[in-house]
Amino acid sequence: MATSVLDHSDSTAPGHTGLWSWITTVDHKRIGILYGATAFLFFLIGGLEALLIRWQLARPENDFLSPELYNQLFTMHGTTMIFLGVMPLSAMFFNFLIPLMIGARDVAFPRLNAFSYWVFLLGGLFLNFSFLINAAPNAGWFGYANLTSRQYSPGLNIDFWVIGLQILGVASIAAALNFFVTIVNLRAPGMRLMRMPMFVWMSLITQMLLLLAFPVITVALVFLMADRTFGSSFYTPGGGGDPTLWQHLFWIFGHPEVYILILPAFGIVSEILPVFSRKPLFGYAAMVFSGAFIAFLGFGVWSHHMFSTGMGPVADSVFSLTTMLIAVPTGVKIFNWIGTVWGGSLRLKTPMYFALGFVAMFIIGGLSGVMHSSPPADLQQTDTYFVVAHFHYVLFGGSIFALIAGAYFWFPKMFGVLLDDRIGKLQFWLTFVGMNLTFFPMHFLGLHGMPRRVYTYPSGLGFDLMNLTQTIGSLILGLSFLVMLYNIWKSVREQPRRIAPADPWDAATLEWSIPSPPQEFNFAEIPTVEHRDELWWRKRKAGGPLPEPARVSGKGIHLPNPSYWPLVTAVGILVFMTGFMAGGVVLNLAGAAILFFGAFRWAFEPTG
Amino acid sequence: MDLMDPRAVHKERTHPTAGLYLRVAVVLFVLTALEVYAFEVSRRGSPAGLAAIVSPLIIPILVVLSAAKFALVAMFYMHLKQDATIFSGLFVLPLIIAIVLVMALIMLFSVVHLMP
Amino acid sequence: MAHAHAGTIHHAEQPSAHTGLETRKLAIWTFIGSECLFFASLISTYLVYKGKSLIGPLPHESSQCMLHGRLQECEGIFEISLVTVGTAVLLFSSFFVVMALNGAQTGNRRRLIGWLTATVLGGLFFVGMQVYEFTHFFHKGLGYTTNLFGSTFYTLTGFHGTHVTIGVIWLATVLVLAIRGKLPPEKALNLELAALYWHFVDVVWIVIFPTVYLMR
Repeated sequence: MATSVLDHSDSTAPGHTGLWSWITTVDHKRIGILYGATAFLFFLIGGLEALLIRWQLARPENDFLSPELYNQLFTMHGTTMIFLGVMPLSAMFFNFLIPLMIGARDVAFPRLNAFSYWVFLLGGLFLNFSFLINAAPNAGWFGYANLTSRQYSPGLNIDFWVIGLQILGVASIAAALNFFVTIVNLRAPGMRLMRMPMFVWMSLITQMLLLLAFPVITVALVFLMADRTFGSSFYTPGGGGDPTLWQHLFWIFGHPEVYILILPAFGIVSEILPVFSRKPLFGYAAMVFSGAFIAFLGFGVWSHHMFSTGMGPVADSVFSLTTMLIAVPTGVKIFNWIGTVWGGSLRLKTPMYFALGFVAMFIIGGLSGVMHSSPPADLQQTDTYFVVAHFHYVLFGGSIFALIAGAYFWFPKMFGVLLDDRIGKLQFWLTFVGMNLTFFPMHFLGLHGMPRRVYTYPSGLGFDLMNLTQTIGSLILGLSFLVMLYNIWKSVREQPRRIAPADPWDAATLEWSIPSPPQEFNFAEIPTVEHRDELWWRKRKAGGPLPEPARVSGKGIHLPNPSYWPLVTAVGILVFMTGFMAGGVVLNLAGAAILFFGAFRWAFEPTG
Repeated sequence: MDLMDPRAVHKERTHPTAGLYLRVAVVLFVLTALEVYAFEVSRRGSPAGLAAIVSPLIIPILVVLSAAKFALVAMFYMHLKQDATIFSGLFVLPLIIAIVLVMALIMLFSVVHLMP
Repeated sequence: MAHAHAGTIHHAEQPSAHTGLETRKLAIWTFIGSECLFFASLISTYLVYKGKSLIGPLPHESSQCMLHGRLQECEGIFEISLVTVGTAVLLFSSFFVVMALNGAQTGNRRRLIGWLTATVLGGLFFVGMQVYEFTHFFHKGLGYTTNLFGSTFYTLTGFHGTHVTIGVIWLATVLVLAIRGKLPPEKALNLELAALYWHFVDVVWIVIFPTVYLMR
C-alpha cells in the first residue's frame, strides 16, 4: 500500500482524483460525501416506492399493484427510508461536520470510518438486490413474528431482510463507536463539552443510542435467522416460542431508533435557527440535558408500540406514563427553539424556511405521538393511518425537513458553491404543501378506521377523497425533490459559479473558519477555542467579518494513508452473511476467511 | 500535573502489585466454590439445616456472589478502581440499562399477573 | 494518524491532550459497553424461556426426551463439575493476563511471554471444554432445535464461546508479537486492549455460569 506522503495542497494531484482515490479514501469529508450521495439515491428509491404505493391507493379497489408487490413496496419503503435514507444522511453530516466542528483533522479511526461506509453500501445493495428476483422483503419494516417464520414466509424475502439488516447493523455500530470516541477524545484545546456546537452534542447522544440499541436488534435478528435457517422456535408457538418476544426485542431497539432518527435533526435545527436569527441558541444547557434525558428515557417506552398485545394493565400503565413523560424534555426543546427565534433579527433564507418548518411540523407530529401514549386511545389508533400520519410528521416534517435545511446550509461548505436560494424557497413551498396534503388527511383517515398495510379499500367507506388528496400531495412531494435535484445540478454547472466564501451565512462554529470546501487536513493550525459559538466571538473581537482564510500548502501535516482493506473486510462480511441464505457453510467459511484476512492486513498496515 | 503524565488518568498513585492480583484470584476462586457449594446444598437438600436456609435464598445468594466476582474483576483486573472515572461510566451506564432490560423482560413474560 | 502543524498530536496511539485518555482504550471500553446490551438480550431470552421447553432434555430435571425415535425418560443434562473447572480456568486466565500485562509494562520479557502463553492455553482449554460439552449434550439428545432450552443455551453460550475464541486469536497474535520482540513497554497498550476484552469475556461468563448452570 502506498506510503508516500501526499501533497495535501493540490487536490488535483495524482492520488486525489479518480475512482481509486474514492475507493481507498479514509478522509472523513469524502466519506461524508459518499454517504450523502448513496443515501440520497436510496432516498429517491424509497420515494419512488412511496409514489407507487400512493398511486395504488389513489382509487378504491385499484389493481395497479398486486397485493404481493404492494407488501414488498411498503416494507421496502419503510426499511429504505429508515436504514438507507435518514440514518446515512445523518451519517453524511456526522462524517463531514464532527471533526470540523470540534477542531480535529479527522475522526479517531479513519479506516474504520471507511469500513462503515462500505458495509452500508454493500448492505443497501444486498437489500435492494432482492427486487431483481422478485423477492423483496414483504412483512413490514418491523417484521413481526411469526408472519416472518419459514412457515408463513417461505420465500427468500425475509432472509434478505434479516441478513441485510444485520449487515447494516455492523456499519452503524462501527460508525457510532468511531464518532463517540472522536467527540470525547479529539476535541481541540479549549473545546470543553459545554462549548461544543449543539449538533455535536446531539450526535454524541445519538452514537450512544446506536451503541446500546443495535445489539438488541442484532440478537432479535439472530433468533429470527435461527428459526428460519435452522428450525429453532424462538418465535414460533408450535415449538413453545412466543411471537411477542420478537416485538419486545425489536421495539427495545426500535424506540431508541426513532430517537436516533430525530436527534441529529434536532442538532441541525439548533445550529441553523441561531445563525438565521442572529441570536445564540436559547437555553444551551437545557438543550443538552433534555437531549440526554430523551435518549435515556427512550429505553423505557418501547411497549407503547404493543398496547394491543394484551400485556396487562400494569405494563400498559407503566409504559403509558413513561411515554407521557418523554414529551416533557421534547417540549423543552421546542420552547427553546422558539425562544431562540423570538426577538431575533431573522434572515429568511432557505435553510431557515426548512428549520422553521421543522419546528411547526414536529409540534404536530409530537402532538399525535402523545395522543398515542394513552392505551385506550391507542387501541383505536394503532394499525390505522393515524399512526402513519404521526410518524410521517416527525420523520418527514421532522428529520427530512432538518436534513434538507442542513443540506442547504452546509452545501456551500462541502462543495464551495452556493445553492440557488429562490429555487430553494420554491422547493420549500412544494415540500411544505405536498407534505401536509399527503399526511394531514391521514389523521382523519385513521380515525375513520382505514387500516395500515392494506393494498386497497372498498369504495363507500368515506376513504376515497382523502386517499386521492394524499396521492396528489405525494406527487407534489416528488416534484419538490426534482426541483432540489435541479437546484443542485444548476448551481454546480452554471457559469459564473456562485462561489461560496468560507463563511457565507455569518455563522458561529469552527467549520466556517476554513475555506470552502476545506482542504484535506481541515485546519492549517489546530484552533484553540475559548468560547461557545467561537466564530461569533472572534468576529466580535475583530469588529467585523474575518478575512477570507487562505489555502495553504499543508506541508508537514501527516494524514492517514488511504487503504483498501476496509473494503475487503466489508466484502468478507457480506459473503459470510450471504452464506446463511444461499451457498451454505462454504460461503460462511469463505466470508470469514476474507474477513479475517482483511482485518489482519488492516491491523498490520503502516498507517503513515 | 501534566496532562500527558499517565498518572493523571489514575486516581491512585500506587499500582496494584502482583500479590494483590494473586489475592484477587484466590478470592474469585473461593467465591466460585461457594456458588457451586450453595447450588449443591440446594440441589441435594443436605445438610438439611443448611439447605433449609440456602434453598429458598439460592437466587439472591448467587446474585450477590457473582456480583462480587464481577466487581472484583472490573475494579482490579480491568483496573477501573485506578483508572479515569469515564471508563467506569462507560461500563456502568450500559450495565444499568442491561439490568433494567433483563428485569423488565422477565416481568413482562412472567405468568403471574400483579393485578386481576 | 494525523499530526498538526502546530504540534498537537491526534494520534490514535497517544493520549488525548484534552482528556488524557488513550483513544484506543476509550474505544475498547465503549465497545464493551455496547456488548453488555448484546449479552443482556441473550441472557434475558434464556431466562424468559427457562422452564418453557415442551420436551427434554432439560438442564437439571429429568424429563421426556425423543431419543432414537422413541420417547424416553432422560436425566438433567448438565455436568456441573466439568463446567466449574472451565469456569475456574477462565477466571485464572484473567489473573494470568494481568500478570502478562505487568510484564509488558515493566519490560520483563519472560514474565510477559510466560503468563501470556498461560492465558492463551487457559482460553483454549475453556473453548475445548465447551466444544466437548456441546458434543456431549448433542449425543445425549440436545440439539439446537430440540427444544427452547437447546436453542437458548447453545445461542447464549455459543456466542460467548465465539467471543472467547476471538479473544484467544487476539491474545495469540499479541503473543507472537511479544515473542518477536515487538511489544516493548511503549506498546504495552496493545496487550492492555486485548486484556480488557479478555476480562470482559470472563465477566460475561461470571454472569452466565450461575444463571444458566446453577439456577434451577
